[in-house]
Amino acid sequence: MNNTSKDHLVDLYLDNLDLITENSAEVLNHARQEGIESFKLLGFPGPKSEKYKYTKVEQLFRSDYEKYFSPRKITFKVDDIFRCDIPSLDTHLALTLNGFYLGNPTSLHELPNGVVFGSLAEAAKKYPKLIQEHYNTVASTDDDGLVALNTAFAQDGVFIYLPKGVVLERPIQIINLLMSDENQMVQYRNLIIAEERSQANIVICDHTLSPAEFLTNVVTEVVAKAASNVDVVVMQNQHNQSTQFSHLYARQERDSVFASNTISLHGGIIRNNIHVLLNDTNCENHTYGLALVDRNQHVDTYSFIDHAQPNCVSNELYKALLDDQATGAFNGRILVRKDAQKTEAYQSNNNLLLTADARMYTKPQLEIYADDVKCSHGATIGQLDQEARFYMQARGISEREARLLLMFGFAHDVVGKIKIEPLRERIDELVNKRLRGELSRCHSCPMHCC
Amino acid sequence: MLSIKNLHANINGKEILKGINLEIKPGEVHAIMGPNGSGKSTLSAVLAGREIFEVTQGEVTFNGKNLLELSPEDRSREGLFLSFQYPIEIPGVSMVNFMKTAVNEHRKYKGLEPLSASDFLKLMRERKELVEIDSALTNRAVNEGFSGGEKKKNEIFQMAMLEPKLAILDETDSGLDIDALRIVANGVNKLKTPENSSIVITHYQRLLDYIVPDFVHILYQGRIVKTGTKELALELEEKGYDWIKG
Ligand SMILES: Nc1ncnc2c1ncn2[C@@H]1O[C@H](COP(=O)(O)OP(=O)(O)OP(=O)(O)O)[C@@H](O)[C@H]1O
Ligand SMILES: [Mg+2]
Repeated sequence: MNNTSKDHLVDLYLDNLDLITENSAEVLNHARQEGIESFKLLGFPGPKSEKYKYTKVEQLFRSDYEKYFSPRKITFKVDDIFRCDIPSLDTHLALTLNGFYLGNPTSLHELPNGVVFGSLAEAAKKYPKLIQEHYNTVASTDDDGLVALNTAFAQDGVFIYLPKGVVLERPIQIINLLMSDENQMVQYRNLIIAEERSQANIVICDHTLSPAEFLTNVVTEVVAKAASNVDVVVMQNQHNQSTQFSHLYARQERDSVFASNTISLHGGIIRNNIHVLLNDTNCENHTYGLALVDRNQHVDTYSFIDHAQPNCVSNELYKALLDDQATGAFNGRILVRKDAQKTEAYQSNNNLLLTADARMYTKPQLEIYADDVKCSHGATIGQLDQEARFYMQARGISEREARLLLMFGFAHDVVGKIKIEPLRERIDELVNKRLRGELSRCHSCPMHCC
Repeated sequence: MLSIKNLHANINGKEILKGINLEIKPGEVHAIMGPNGSGKSTLSAVLAGREIFEVTQGEVTFNGKNLLELSPEDRSREGLFLSFQYPIEIPGVSMVNFMKTAVNEHRKYKGLEPLSASDFLKLMRERKELVEIDSALTNRAVNEGFSGGEKKKNEIFQMAMLEPKLAILDETDSGLDIDALRIVANGVNKLKTPENSSIVITHYQRLLDYIVPDFVHILYQGRIVKTGTKELALELEEKGYDWIKG
């Protein structure tokens, strides 16, 4: 009884192994065996796992999700059904459909020499050595059953390669579309390699385009080599029948800067894992996130910032705004290892509950084994400031508008960290719309699903 | 303009205002003085519509309307303005956004179109000059990290933006340096018209040298126990409150 969904997935894997490998690449197939063995061993993270305490994983992997293993041909033009959320953002764009690379809908701007941006499976055939060297080296299959599961099933995803010294002027944008008539399980893999002194801004948008239920389990690995600068903004905007497990793993080398900002605008159940390994001296890391959660939605974030080497700085800010019966969790672990002297690590987690029924669980975890460090953490769970609301009303601002201004101000702290101006403005606008309840459909999406 | 009759108000079941009577006509300046804890800020808060105070008796009419029935925002839109003794910090909400929303809500109430972005900025600039407030302040979040004096100046700036019919200045002078006091008082005077009125709550006669009151009231233990002209303030300065309490 206990193991049904696990056994089901193992069977699904074995029954389709030929199709899976055929529609992927050697490097990915190579890691698959280890993935499934590890998954068999670990299974789903259970209720005893501290990391997954507030999200019941196994029951979410229901056996009625379909899964297909060869990329679907699409008979429509993506442009006809999908309008980009950030039209003023001039990007290098790629699309995926249910975890398979689709291509780019408009003509791609010319990329600087040596930059690779496209299908992971294709790239793994073209550059097997390069990918072999990095694939599955940042994420680890031996401590999280979901990562192991992803490694077993992932066939494709997006690959980004930035050669030494290349600075991308335009942001790279990946739009992940979920669209299907049947309920779908989707598992894919992204790999980003930033060579020495390269720089790029990467925007990842997640969307659902049909009312079917989706279960996504995605792993993204980032290798930020010496003095590189990689900035990732993730915008999660899925309907409320979707479940998403998103694992972001980054390894930073000397003098590198890596930033991630995850905006959970809408979704059903979202679980975000962020693992950052500061693997050499002088690294700078920024980990930010904002979750807007209402009705029966659930957003759970786990972050692990691993200070393994001296002289690194990490800065972490997570905020959640919870309405109705929504629930949220934040578990932020910071580890400062013995050698990581002169570490600066800051974390804060602030949450606003808009109703008496909303729930938030927050748990900062600092483990410090070095003695010469500066670390701080703080977590708050509060309500909208009544005094501030009254102050605004006393200036003629309606109660509703006052509440909205306060919520918007709360959220803007995180959105304000986005460096690309048109993106920041657009996300501010989306957040504003979302808070006003005007994002009744996912804005860019033709569906009336949420 | 404002008529308060036998106003009683409680907080947590404790009576703070015990029968206030006050009449204010257009164009008048009334000063309210009184010892700490006598109920001056409570009276301002009740007039502004703070929900934590419960009005148990009495009535207040403001320009012919029953003030106590109006929401705080409608009181403001009707032309009542309270300069807070302790202005609130609102992190994350920019002064510009805050003021733009306030001004446009006032305009909507009057059936006017919202101000265009450029007209709004022009108005901001004009009123900033009037109260000599630093531009850097209005680029920040509302009162966040403002010094005590800057917060008070900001109150008067907001008053200048909203052009109220009745302004209640609750200890706007406390925490101001001598120059700032003069600037704030000048600002208030420049905004004065023959129609609009003000209630100036203060502990110090000094402010009343700049903003000259028509009447001075002494509030003590929730009641107005004495009313006089500006000479009453001088007398208080000299004698303190003991002769009232006695
Ligand atoms: N929120 C509150 N809870 C309990 N008591 C309160 C509250 N607000 C005011 N009071 C009490 O009401 C009384 C009047 O307070 P109020 O602030 O109106 O005095 P004030 O005349 O403005 O004094 P000050 O000159 O010090 O500003 C005081 O005894 C005060 O403790
Ligand atoms: Mg007071």
